[in-house]
Amino acid sequence: MSEPAVPLHQALGLTDEELVAIEARLGRAPNDLELAMFSVMWSEHCSYKSSRPLLRTLPTGGPDVVAGPGENAGVQRIGGGLAVAFKIESHNHPSAVEPYQGAATGVGGILRDIFAMGARPIAVLDALRFGDPGDPRTRHLVNGVVAGVGGYGNCVGVPTVGGELVFDPSYGGNPLVNVMAIGIVREDQIMRAAAPGPGNLVVLYGSATGRDGIGGASVLASATFGAQDPSKRPAVQVGDPFAEKLLIEATLEIVERGLAVGIQDLGAAGITCGVSETADRAGTGIIVDLDAIPRREPGMAPFEVLISESQERMVAIVRPERRADVAEVCARWGLPCAVIGRVTADGDVTVVEGGLDGEGRPLPGARELARVPAAALTSDAIVFERLAAPPPRRRPAPAPGVRPEPAELLPERGMDPGAVLVGLLGSPNLASRRWVYEQYDHHVQTNTVAGPGRGAAVLRVKGTRQALVATTDGDQAVSALDPYLGAALSVAEATRNVSVTGARPLGVTNCLNYGDPTRPEAFWQLREAVRGLGDACRALGIPVTGGNVSLYNEAPGSAIAPTPEIGVVGLADDVDRLVGPAFGAADDVVLLAGWAAPGLGGSAYADLAGGGDDDPPPLDLAREAALQGLLRAAIGAGLVAAAQDVSRGGLAVALAEMAIWGGRAGHFRVAVAGAPAVALFGEAPSRALLAARPDAVTPLLALAAEHGVPLADIGTTGGDRLLVELVGEGATGAAEERGARVADAIDLDLGDLRHAWEQGLPQALGGEG
Amino acid sequence: MSVRVGVVVFPGSNCDRDTAWALGLAGAEPVELWHESADLGGVAAIVLPGGFAYGDYLRAGVIARFSPVMRAVAGFAAAGGLVLGICNGFQVLAEAGLVPGALLRNRGLRFVCREVAIAPERLDTPFTRLVGERRPLRMPVAHGEGAYYADPATLAALERDGRVLFRYVAPDGTPALDPDDRANPNGSLRGIAGVTNAAGNVAGLMPHPERAAEALLGSADGLPILRSLVAAAGERAAGAFVVTGRRVLAGDGGVEGGRR
Repeated sequence: MSEPAVPLHQALGLTDEELVAIEARLGRAPNDLELAMFSVMWSEHCSYKSSRPLLRTLPTGGPDVVAGPGENAGVQRIGGGLAVAFKIESHNHPSAVEPYQGAATGVGGILRDIFAMGARPIAVLDALRFGDPGDPRTRHLVNGVVAGVGGYGNCVGVPTVGGELVFDPSYGGNPLVNVMAIGIVREDQIMRAAAPGPGNLVVLYGSATGRDGIGGASVLASATFGAQDPSKRPAVQVGDPFAEKLLIEATLEIVERGLAVGIQDLGAAGITCGVSETADRAGTGIIVDLDAIPRREPGMAPFEVLISESQERMVAIVRPERRADVAEVCARWGLPCAVIGRVTADGDVTVVEGGLDGEGRPLPGARELARVPAAALTSDAIVFERLAAPPPRRRPAPAPGVRPEPAELLPERGMDPGAVLVGLLGSPNLASRRWVYEQYDHHVQTNTVAGPGRGAAVLRVKGTRQALVATTDGDQAVSALDPYLGAALSVAEATRNVSVTGARPLGVTNCLNYGDPTRPEAFWQLREAVRGLGDACRALGIPVTGGNVSLYNEAPGSAIAPTPEIGVVGLADDVDRLVGPAFGAADDVVLLAGWAAPGLGGSAYADLAGGGDDDPPPLDLAREAALQGLLRAAIGAGLVAAAQDVSRGGLAVALAEMAIWGGRAGHFRVAVAGAPAVALFGEAPSRALLAARPDAVTPLLALAAEHGVPLADIGTTGGDRLLVELVGEGATGAAEERGARVADAIDLDLGDLRHAWEQGLPQALGGEG
Repeated sequence: MSVRVGVVVFPGSNCDRDTAWALGLAGAEPVELWHESADLGGVAAIVLPGGFAYGDYLRAGVIARFSPVMRAVAGFAAAGGLVLGICNGFQVLAEAGLVPGALLRNRGLRFVCREVAIAPERLDTPFTRLVGERRPLRMPVAHGEGAYYADPATLAALERDGRVLFRYVAPDGTPALDPDDRANPNGSLRGIAGVTNAAGNVAGLMPHPERAAEALLGSADGLPILRSLVAAAGERAAGAFVVTGRRVLAGDGGVEGGRR
């Protein structure tokens, strides 16, 4: 069979336009090896060629920020000479092809970003999104991904303390696996991913280089899925958490002993990325001796060695006099270690075969295989101004304060609020995540004050009174309706989840999961999301310190709901002052802080009720900031016994969760203005529930008035029945006028609620519990 | 003088730092024992911590038992030294034959990490003497291979000789003898969470007492177990001093007390 030969650059995923741009930078045509290096470095995954102009608009500075976007991970000061490093990253396509290894190496990759900064990884959070849980393929993916995250994290000894699990049909062909990692580093030991000092040695340590993960960045991560997915399996890397554990300990020993001047992990695009990025950041060059790179197998072609994504490898830039010390550390941890090149002053990444002399010059007879300016591969990579266009049928978001007509609301006919609540608590997206997090070691390192399952994770910082609070949140449901609002809501919810413990949000890391950027509608979604992300972070006074963009999240015939995954890390100065979300004592007063708003679009209720074309509730960022300020002040003043934000499932679900977690229900009265479903299950942002001793209510009301936040007494805790009465004008009237029959109250046994909540996920996954 | 307790570090150990931290809270001076060295540094007791020694790819603990440090630990145990293996440490002890039985894959074939309750069967061992009373102790388990198994004759001997150290129990203290009991997290036979060797100086325990050493983290119920070990080790160290010092001190019975 003879087919027309495809030019090499196209076979490698480069366009004709990109080939021209490469030739312009080199002043000549690239040879095949150079072309392969460009193909991985200019992939969307490595170059951010579509998103870079957007990301420049984000607020990244702040007094605490030590390292921001562009480093392996963002780093912020927390006082006492310590700093926290954190970042979130995607491993979506590898997980779709091979769920266990895809997820496992996703954990491994983000951990390396953290310890490459010199930080000891202390926590992982995994944000997972899948299609219909009833689909056998979804179950296969869920089982594999959860086992992969656990298999890797459990072995390396980093606790998985939180995350998300969301089911939405749009992820059926393209699941999302976003993993966030957090580390602690001494400020004076923060390591940069740079290669300063011509003459310094480039040391590769960790696993040997094999043929796994060839072209992962370009083939898998930067193209949409076709029908030939299984053929991409060789592009998925294979993880070895035991090697990673050794790599962590060896790297931290190298850092603590001051043996390296720069460290970079090798992930996407392998050695090519590691040497070009470190050189470019330092304004230097690197010459690589191909023969010095330890290999797993003979017969590897030069391009395979240079772009292999074999896992658990690091590059350290080492002064010649420290070479023996680094070798000794690696030997102690049983890790192969080799000097593979030298830092040069010429600004080029040069690859030779045949060896280097003691000064880093090619030996006589050595052959130069490639020479490319480091900047051309990285900071001077091609950038595209993509076309953006909103979808044709997009409806405008309602202006704040405008009350929609009842006709726009979702049908409430026959709604029994108690039955809806039980249905929501048992629904796959709201039910207990125990089935997942019991497979994750969430205690190792003995810092976990609050682990997965209920709100943000809390980790004490050993040797201090401080605690770090971490969460991930992403609102794909609203993003599908309005990507700007969805991204801003995700930031609002993630920061609120931190503030509601009493901690102060420090910084945001983000993983933007969107579609094919060459499709104007998908690029418009990305552009709107970045605008929403930036606006929300500016309004809340919190920097974006890093993140990751994952594009081409499309399976044949369907794109995912645009998904802005937001990770937030917060800081509390006194861990004992933080509060949790579970009801504690009986006869505590429960107060609702914040503002009601209409709109059921994108809500869990809308999912349950079968959709509708209602708008999502609007977000007022000034109100959000005021609410979070009140939460931190009230908790800091010791006035709050328990607190929880009102989010997915609305007020009724938030109350039920606090009751289930505390083993104590209560009697509540909820004012209904117009539509009971909005009052009980609406997901208006900028709201939180507070439980307080009766004598704290008066000072709380005064504090709320100071912050300009409405605060209403809605009932008291006690007993084992959850009773929620609907009161006020229009409790049932508005619905009755439309021919609806509405129950007046929720009155349910706490045990029944807990049963629904605990059984929901195993049942949805077909009895996998 | 604080008691020096060794914590073995295999490549892949990941609870070594936690264990050292908790031993510090229990009043000991933790000492790292590197897997390649047979020098135990004169410690008074040894803890084998949790983790995935050598990756545990073949079977938990199966490679660790051949390490130089384990030859030294076996000698230490044979001489009556106190050894506690926690989680992966228990698996290593079982593979090395220093405690009876084996740890099989969990009943559900999945890793399980959750808080369980265990109760001591005896209060007069070096590992439980400061627990005070037979009561449920809350602490986490985190393992994929934790289902205790031994053949019927061994099980009968363990029960007869009082060598079952801890059993999984329901919150009210009822032993979870049935492998399918919800309070039995991994399907262990007779609800066994921990055992000792015949001499009573070597113990293996699947749950993690070092993760339950501070109320801030949810439970301090594990601390009395570590304190028991430290106290017993301290007495043995002092006893050794008495034995060697007897020539000088003429067997004065008060000396041992004076050392404490």
